[in-house]
Amino acid sequence: MARRDAPEINAGSMADIAFLLLIFFLVTTTMDVDKGISRKLPPIQENIVDPPPPIRQKNLFTVLVNSNDDILVSYGRTGAGTENREERYVQATEIRDLAKVFISNFGKDPFSSDNPQKAVISLQNDRGTSYEMFIAIQNELTAAFNELREEEAMDKHGKKMDELTLDQAEKIKDMYPQKISEAEPVNLGG
Amino acid sequence: MSKFKRKGKGGTPAISTASLPDIVFMLLFFFMVTTTMREVDLKVKNTKPNATEIQKLERKSLVSYIYVGAPKDRLATQFGTEPRIQLNDAFAKLTDISQWVETEREARMEAERPLLTISIKADKKVKMGLISDLKQELRKAQALKINYSATPGEIFGGKKK
Repeated sequence: MARRDAPEINAGSMADIAFLLLIFFLVTTTMDVDKGISRKLPPIQENIVDPPPPIRQKNLFTVLVNSNDDILVSYGRTGAGTENREERYVQATEIRDLAKVFISNFGKDPFSSDNPQKAVISLQNDRGTSYEMFIAIQNELTAAFNELREEEAMDKHGKKMDELTLDQAEKIKDMYPQKISEAEPVNLGG
Repeated sequence: MSKFKRKGKGGTPAISTASLPDIVFMLLFFFMVTTTMREVDLKVKNTKPNATEIQKLERKSLVSYIYVGAPKDRLATQFGTEPRIQLNDAFAKLTDISQWVETEREARMEAERPLLTISIKADKKVKMGLISDLKQELRKAQALKINYSATPGEIFGGKKK
């Protein structure tokens, strides 16, 4: 008896079916990679037993933003009050360099920060400040720290930050701790 | 009578499309693996601000999202144009947040609960007042690890401001 071959299945429409599926997935899915600036909020202190020691004015770099997204940066000067501080209206893009100079002062300028451990950056915004401006400033401040860390890594090990071992990277991060304080917003108006 | 029959007209031979399904399947698998289904139906306008110093969020299972923005145009008649907070699939009030954080925490394994990160996906036009209130609520709920979601790119899209 002659054995009959199984008829060959036409695979020509396979491509069509695959295309259909492909288009379905293309349409229904979104390439949603989650990226952003990570921050840690301070815990709420119900009753402060002993208030933290005051920060010396020279170690404080203040960024004030009003509801028109104008930025006022104040820093430097050792005077007891704020009256002797250097105050300037700046563009968002200038903050990075100002912050870098301030953090990496190491006591060279007697009116600027003692060392990166003591340097604190305070960001105070208005309730009317736009979120875009807030993120831009956060970004610039983070960039200042990242650039300083990169420079330090290059100096010490001749490598970039992400090429270092965990231990080395941790040491450099400790050298330039990211001290950014987000003050609770006020109505600065303007 | 010729012994050798001339084949066809000597034009270009047809290209075999047998490997086409393979190519398409490859693409299909690529998209299936790399993309994630959007879990929530976005009810707010959401154009994230640009930033350069961004980190990728590791462990997506430990991230919960809060969307902030003005309601989309089709919902504007019902909900107005003031920026609002969206949790899961619905608009929420500030007071709902601590409850929501608690539910999100419950959904995670006990050991992983402290690692829960809240990703704030806010529209760039939102005012900081709302964001600050939101941050304050998160502090009250002890959800302190946050992430300001941003798109990679120069700040203000490279424009001077």
